[in-house]
This record gives sequence, structure tokens and C-alpha cells, in this order.
Amino acid sequence: MTLSLLFQHIVNALSLGSLYALLAIGYTMVYGILRLINFAHGDIFMVGAYVAFYGITLLSLPWWAALLLSIIFTAFFGIGLERVAYKPLRDSPRISIMISAIGASFLLESLAVLVFGGRPKGMPVPDVLSKVIYFGSVSMITISLIIPLFTFALLILLLWIVNKTKIGMAMRAVSTDIEAARLMAVDVNKVVSVTFGIGSLLAAFGGIMWSFKYPQLNPLMGVMPGLKCFIAAVIGGIGNITGAVLGGFLLGIIEIMMVALLPTLSGYRDAFAFILLIIVLLLKPTGLLGKRQAEKV
Amino acid sequence: MSKKSSTRHILKDRHIENGAISKNMLYTIIFLGACALFIFLADRLFDAFSLRVFNLCAIYIVLALSLNLLNGFTGLFSLGHAGFMAVGAYVSALLTMPAPLKEMNYFLLPIVPWLQHVTIPFLPALIIAGLVSACVGFLIGAPVLRLRDDYLAIATLGFGEIIRVIITNAQSITNGAQGLKGLPRFSTTFAVWAAAGLVVLFMVLLMRSSYGRAMKAVRDDELAAEAMGINVFRVKVTSFTVSSFLAGIGGALLGHMITTIDPKMFTFTLTYNILLIVVLGGVGSISGSVISAIIVTVLMEALRFLDEPINLIFFEIPAMPGLRMVVFSILLMVMIIYRQRGLMGNKEFSWDMFQSAFVKKSKKGGSHARTP
Repeated sequence: MTLSLLFQHIVNALSLGSLYALLAIGYTMVYGILRLINFAHGDIFMVGAYVAFYGITLLSLPWWAALLLSIIFTAFFGIGLERVAYKPLRDSPRISIMISAIGASFLLESLAVLVFGGRPKGMPVPDVLSKVIYFGSVSMITISLIIPLFTFALLILLLWIVNKTKIGMAMRAVSTDIEAARLMAVDVNKVVSVTFGIGSLLAAFGGIMWSFKYPQLNPLMGVMPGLKCFIAAVIGGIGNITGAVLGGFLLGIIEIMMVALLPTLSGYRDAFAFILLIIVLLLKPTGLLGKRQAEKV
Repeated sequence: MSKKSSTRHILKDRHIENGAISKNMLYTIIFLGACALFIFLADRLFDAFSLRVFNLCAIYIVLALSLNLLNGFTGLFSLGHAGFMAVGAYVSALLTMPAPLKEMNYFLLPIVPWLQHVTIPFLPALIIAGLVSACVGFLIGAPVLRLRDDYLAIATLGFGEIIRVIITNAQSITNGAQGLKGLPRFSTTFAVWAAAGLVVLFMVLLMRSSYGRAMKAVRDDELAAEAMGINVFRVKVTSFTVSSFLAGIGGALLGHMITTIDPKMFTFTLTYNILLIVVLGGVGSISGSVISAIIVTVLMEALRFLDEPINLIFFEIPAMPGLRMVVFSILLMVMIIYRQRGLMGNKEFSWDMFQSAFVKKSKKGGSHARTP
């Protein structure tokens, strides 16, 4: 493999890893607070991409305006979803909430088939993002560079929110102990809503960037990325934002590199994430950065 | 004095119970006879489509019970069921398809020689399918069952997907993404309903045995069960293996009914459908699973009119493909949010329950449905 090809793979791996990281953060934040695998997160990713698509095609907005519109819409959409599907079950057994999450995911998918149509749609990619640029012998599309840059900016913003602001402190409090946080006058409902809002916002951003990079939309586009990103969150240590980012990048890099170095195994690409998950779960069930928690009787 | 009266009370109760048992057994025998008659008549009188739906009910009963054994009775939340069904369906298909048919199917890459000329009758093939599936279940279960709750769910989901990807890629054995076409149509009405009946009987007997009680103990409190001397890990692995066996049988029956199988059939959606049957029927209730398997299967087909244009005399609603699934998902979400216990909770159907509901109903004038 030539050096320039390797470099290209690295850029690809980084941009895929960034997309995984964006989605994995949503999983890890929700899990940290509600102990819930939000199966509908991948479908929120899909909704984000579709809203941007309609923003560009129907409302003929410039791509950045469509992006903003979609992000804001999807954030509120995520908050609404939590209110409808998860809030009534907050005190029920965890399995019920999980089943509700799976149900919400299927509802969103079948709604998307009904509203958006089952046929795949082509995302109009703006010229700025699909331009090919050359660094010596290395050629790459601008979007592959832009994705990691934006991701890093968003990550820094997110870490600042979680670690430095009041609402971030409330989030950390709720994720440590929901009851104690409530006693300390933390408005748990508000914290949960904000968490879902931020998670959905990042998922929408990821979804739009995903559809700019792989410009095809279909109602089931969120399923596989959703599952893989949950896996990324588990690998990094669920509940831990840095861990989710680490897991996302790890998964993206390993996936691209495996396909690049061992092309005969490319058919197993989708299974690979799951194999990695099972290895991690068996060797270190709490993930790379997770803390072991004692079992309460 | 109170002791004496309570003893008398118990005696009186038992007396009533004794009378009731024979009466209830009579009801049960009549009911089973009616079922057999209905199945026989259905096989003769139903048109092809209705009969297909009817038989699908039986297959879903098998599948729902196999998942309920894990989720409901042992408390293991598994989402990898479609994978075991795929194993069962493929094993049975490969064992029963005649050699010329195999040659026709494998046009991209010839089938491996040791499978080419294997053709055995349906019943042994079905059992081998179940056994292979159980072996896969055992191999997966042994490492994965150390995990708990959602980790277990996601790991089993992962294994289900891995099985599917392997089937897609093992071109010379499974014919890859093209799938297999023209499977022999072995899933007759009698075959599937006999399988469903046997599985129901098996589950009832299992739940009354010490194995079943151990499983329930593990579900209710793992630590307490361990303290009582139950080998929790062994119970879990047993339950997982038996469940995989039943899932393999169900998958094989499904394959021989649809007569076409391909890896795309066995995605997570299939597991989800079965999970919904289990949840709607009541997690941990055999009769609940049976009733809900029938309701869900029939409803899925009955709601098909929603995908077609609806004529409301004055105006016509144009066809909206996908509306059926939306309505179905909404119904299920409402059910999950407002009635988490499902139809039966974790109770079983009994004639006494039926009777008391009926009596209550007639006392109220019989005009409205019984209140919970």
C-alpha cells in the first residue's frame, strides 16, 4: 500500500469515526442518566437527515440553513419522543422501558416509510462539500475533512457544557444518583429533556453529515449506524462521554482499516463491530473507560 | 377458635376445589377436542390465504413460547432469536432439499459436495435443525450469559446479527444473499399445529417441574436463588439452549411454509415481532403467549386493508403504503405504555378465572366488558 493511499484511509477512518462518535455520545448520555438503551436514537439520526433533505429540496434553503433548521427541529423531536415514549415508564422495570424504546424505533421507521416513502432518496450535496482537493498525491473530498473538524468543535462545546455549566452539573448529579439529585432540588425532568435534546442534536448533525458523505437516504438508514454506535458507547464504557468518543473513533478506524487491509473480509464488515463488542464485554464488561460498580442487593 | 374456623374454611375450599378440578378437566378436554375439530375443519374449509394465516399462528406460538421461556420465565432478556431461527431454517432446508433443486439454487457457486446429495425426511430434519440450533445456542450462551440485563440483550442481538452475516457470506453452504428457493412444502396444517401443541405441552410440563421452578427462582431473584443452592449459571444455559432448540424448530417450520428463505428475512425485525407477541401476551404466561400469537398474527393480516385505498362513500382516501405498520406500531406503543403487564400478566388462563369473569359480567347486566 502506498503512503498516499494509507493517508486517504486514515482521513476516511477519522471522518467515519467522528460520525460514530457523534451518535455514540447520545447513547452514552441517555444511558448515563436513565439507564436506558435508546433504540430510537438511530432513527433520530435518520429524521435529522430527512429534515435537512426536505429543507434543501422543498424549502430550497442553503445547505447551512437546512442544517440548522434540521438540528433544531430534531432536538425538539428527541425531547418530544422522551416525553411520549419514555417518561410514562420512568418508574417501571428497565425491561419495559427498553421494549418501549424498541417500539418507538419501529414506530419512527414505519412512520418514515409512510411519510417520506420507502424508496431511497438522493441527498443533494452542496458543491463546497463535494469538492476534491489535492495535497500532493493525496486527493480527498472536503466533507471528509470537515466532519472531523466540526466534530471536535462540538465535542469541546459539549465537554464545556457538561463540566462547567450549571445544567452540566445537574446532569452529572442525576447520572450519579437520580434520587439524591431530586432531593437536592434538581429538576430531573428538565435535565432529562436537555440530555435528550443534546443527544438528538448531535445525532441530527451526524445524520446530515453522514448523508452528505454517503448521499443516499432511506427510512432504515439509521438502524445499522445506531447499533454500531451503541456498541461504540459500550466499548468506550457506557455513561462516559470521553469513552463514547474514544469508542466511536476506535470502531471507525478499525472498520476502515480492516476493509482496507483485508479486502476478502469486507463482507463481514457489519459483523465485525459485534464481534468486537462481545470481546470487550467478555474481557472488560464495563468498557475501556468505565468504572466497575458494586452490585446493590 | 379462629384456628378452627380457618381450618374448616380450608376444608371447605378444598372440597370446592375437588369438585372444580373434575369439572375443569372436563372443560379442558372439551376445549381441546373443539380445537382439534377446528383445526381439522380449517384444513378442509379455509381458502389458501386464510389457511396460511392460520398456520402462521401455530408457528408464532412455537416462536413466542421459545422466547417467553427466556424473557418471561428465566428473566434473560435476549434479542438474538432471529439468528437461531435462521440456523434452524437453513439446516432443515439443506437437509430436505433434493439434489437437483440444490443444483438449481446454487448457480453462482456450487454447493459443498458433502451437502449436495443429502436428502432426508422432514421429521428427522426438523429435529436435527433444532439440535444444531441448540448447539449454537449453547456455544453462544456459555460465554454471553455471564452478562446481565441490557448488556445481555445487546450481546445476543450482536450474535443474531453475526449469524446472519455469516449466512450471507458462506456462499457455498447457504447460497449467500440469494437465499434458497423452492423448499419442500412440509409445513402442513397438521404438522405445524402438532408442533405447536407439543411445544405448549412441553412448556406446561417444564414449568411444573423442578427445572421450571428453578428458572422462575432465577428470574425473581438471582442472588436468593443462588443462596438456595440453585446453580444459576447452569439454569441459565439450560434455558438458553432449550429456547434455541425451539427457535430452530420454529424457524424450520417457517422456512418450509414460506418455501423461500434468505438472510434478510432473519433480521432484528423478526425478533422484535416475536418479542411483541410475548410482551402483549404477558411476560411469563404460556396461555398469554398462545392467545397473543393468534391475535397478533391475525391482526397483522387483518390490518392489510389499511395499505390499500379506503373508500368512504363520499371521498376516497388514496392508498398509503406503510400505514398498516404505523397503526400497528401505535397500537403496540399504547399497549406497552398503558398496560405493561400484557394481556395475562404472568398468570395462566384457568376456567375459574374465565367463570368468575363471566359471572361478574352477567351480574352487571352483561352490557359491558369486564373491568380489571
